Amino acid sequence: MKFIDEYRDREGAEKCARAIARITTRPWTIMEVCGGQTHAIVKFGIDELLPKEITLVHGPGCPVCVTPLELIDKAIEIASQPGVIFCSFGDMLRVPGSKRDLLAVKSTGGDVRMVYSPLDAVKIAAENPSRQVVFFAVGFETTAPANAMAVYQARQKGIKNFSILVSHVLVPPAIEAVLSSPHNRVQGFLAAGHVCAIMGYTEYYPIAKKYHVPIVVTGFEPIDILRGVYACIQQCEQGRAEVENAYARAVQREGNEPAQKMIREVFRIIPRKWRGIGEIPQSGFGLSEAYEEFDAEKRFGVAGYTAEESSECISGLILQGVKKPGDCTAFGKKCTPEHPLGATMVSNEGACAAYYRYRR
Amino acid sequence: MTPTPKPEFSQACPIPISDYPNVVMAHGGGGRLMQQLIESIFVPTFKNDLLSQRHDGAVFSLAGQRLAFTTDSYVVQPLFFPGGDIGTLAVNGTANDLAMCGARPLYLSSGLIIEEGLPMETLWRIVQSMKQAADKAGVQLVTGDTKVVDKGKGDGIFINTAGVGVIEHNLPIGPGSVRPGDAVLLSGDIGRHGITIMSVRDGLGFETSIESDCAPLWSLVAALIDQGIEIHCLRDLTRGGLASGLNEIAQAANLPIAIDETAVPVREEVRGACEILGFDPIYVANEGRFIAFVPANQADRALGILRANPLGADASHIGTVAATTETRPIVTLKSQIGANRILDLLSGEQLPRIC
Repeated sequence: MKFIDEYRDREGAEKCARAIARITTRPWTIMEVCGGQTHAIVKFGIDELLPKEITLVHGPGCPVCVTPLELIDKAIEIASQPGVIFCSFGDMLRVPGSKRDLLAVKSTGGDVRMVYSPLDAVKIAAENPSRQVVFFAVGFETTAPANAMAVYQARQKGIKNFSILVSHVLVPPAIEAVLSSPHNRVQGFLAAGHVCAIMGYTEYYPIAKKYHVPIVVTGFEPIDILRGVYACIQQCEQGRAEVENAYARAVQREGNEPAQKMIREVFRIIPRKWRGIGEIPQSGFGLSEAYEEFDAEKRFGVAGYTAEESSECISGLILQGVKKPGDCTAFGKKCTPEHPLGATMVSNEGACAAYYRYRR
Repeated sequence: MTPTPKPEFSQACPIPISDYPNVVMAHGGGGRLMQQLIESIFVPTFKNDLLSQRHDGAVFSLAGQRLAFTTDSYVVQPLFFPGGDIGTLAVNGTANDLAMCGARPLYLSSGLIIEEGLPMETLWRIVQSMKQAADKAGVQLVTGDTKVVDKGKGDGIFINTAGVGVIEHNLPIGPGSVRPGDAVLLSGDIGRHGITIMSVRDGLGFETSIESDCAPLWSLVAALIDQGIEIHCLRDLTRGGLASGLNEIAQAANLPIAIDETAVPVREEVRGACEILGFDPIYVANEGRFIAFVPANQADRALGILRANPLGADASHIGTVAATTETRPIVTLKSQIGANRILDLLSGEQLPRIC
């Protein structure tokens, strides 16, 4: 399959790995920010091909993992109300809130539907004018344009029974949060290619400069990731700290401008709480004032919810790259994908879930 | 000893859900939750030697004749899909479970639970499909039952079939016969049924030319037996896909299995759909595929026999049962780029991911 097979080619991957080994002279710690990359690294065993000097640590880039507990509780509360059709991407349905998950709401009669596009939720709203239709708008910058478009279209079409529960987070503030931690040991970043396809990569220039750290825009197939690692190590070895694009087939410097325009139309930047990390200033999207009427938190009166989270697990340390899943005593014992103790075990793309599935 | 580093942010972790108080869809998804349901409720309640075999059906002797007995229920939506319908599934699924016991399928029962309001024409089409599938599979539908439930209490139609087959050889086919060093053969490309259903289900509209692989498997099994292949174990791959079938056998046989991902045939359309949805085809459902465990020195001959049948044209030697019992009974998979990883059961069904 074009654009897949040539980037999963065994010889090509081994060649990249040899090239990386040739230029590596001392230990380096690299963080891949995106959960999709973590998943690919563990699934394909990419880290096993790398020289032992290189440590890959897994960043806070899984939207399912970092969605805070109280937001899941809000989703469950809204989905449990009679007359509501609650629409979500598939992988949010299994994430536990304080007491239960959305699949459990469905099992007790809630109308919870899995959709593949937020525009499908708008369509469902148009077809069910007597019901309230809520879409769980989760994700990084990657999913923001489509979610913004759903709200925009609902307004254009005069669909009043549609709203979204927003939990959008942004990559650059998360990278800054990791870098400004006193325990930071990350010396280079693989930036998420999909996020950069939307936003471009100019916003990483000030971060690379301020913290003197290389940031390499990287794709998701094995050879894409190895090329990203190569570029990152090369910069580390040469003492450079630049923003570099190793995913040019999908990412342009300025990103996708129409998509950014749609985001600016509907959303504004606000502080967000990250599950496992805490609040990070200016780290997410909320609906702009002009679109507030589509805010499900306000429509359903759940804005004030808070949820206390236990501090048993070390997912906060894992999300910052300070620890790895194997360092946790609960991993694979008390904490499994069926009974996750923490953020990084709940989603397929969480570091702990990926290790559980492929490495135990 | 260095002190454990602390994060500057407050750590925050969710409280675990100890158990589901209600049945959720994943309890029927063929993954770990379903396995837990079977192991915690059904097996201890009905505990007996036949059930403990954990096979696709029960194998026993009656009046000196070895027989296989099995049952399955069918709840597919939509009722009609490219390559088949609920009727073909209901016949082939149960007949295939018998074939996996090494039994020639003979007789089926059919229990229909019909929702009030189902168009008579729909029922007629389904029954005609069952008849055609039964003829093709060489089975007779010899007894049945019909119930109608109130509108809204069913999903059009549910079908249960049970089947009896006769075992006409002396091979003890089952997980207990798997031996270290056995070759693992796969009868064809995987993932077609699951992706076909996904493509026609509401909410995930994408266009594809894929058809379900739904087919009767006895002719393939019979050919292996007739030509003297010493089959150790068979398993048809349904919910949970190839990964679940392999894991079930590894656990039941208490032996590790090693698979080569590049040897597993997957059609381009299935791969494409899986890439879009974030699925791994190795977990996607099939309705006309099985794995066979045979002695390594018969692997090539068995592969030739399978490939001689159009249903087995893409059969492949995908792996080996590990030669030692020192490691845990897990399934490992050599990835496309040559690294090894664990191929685990999923918790429940695969869910399309966000991005």
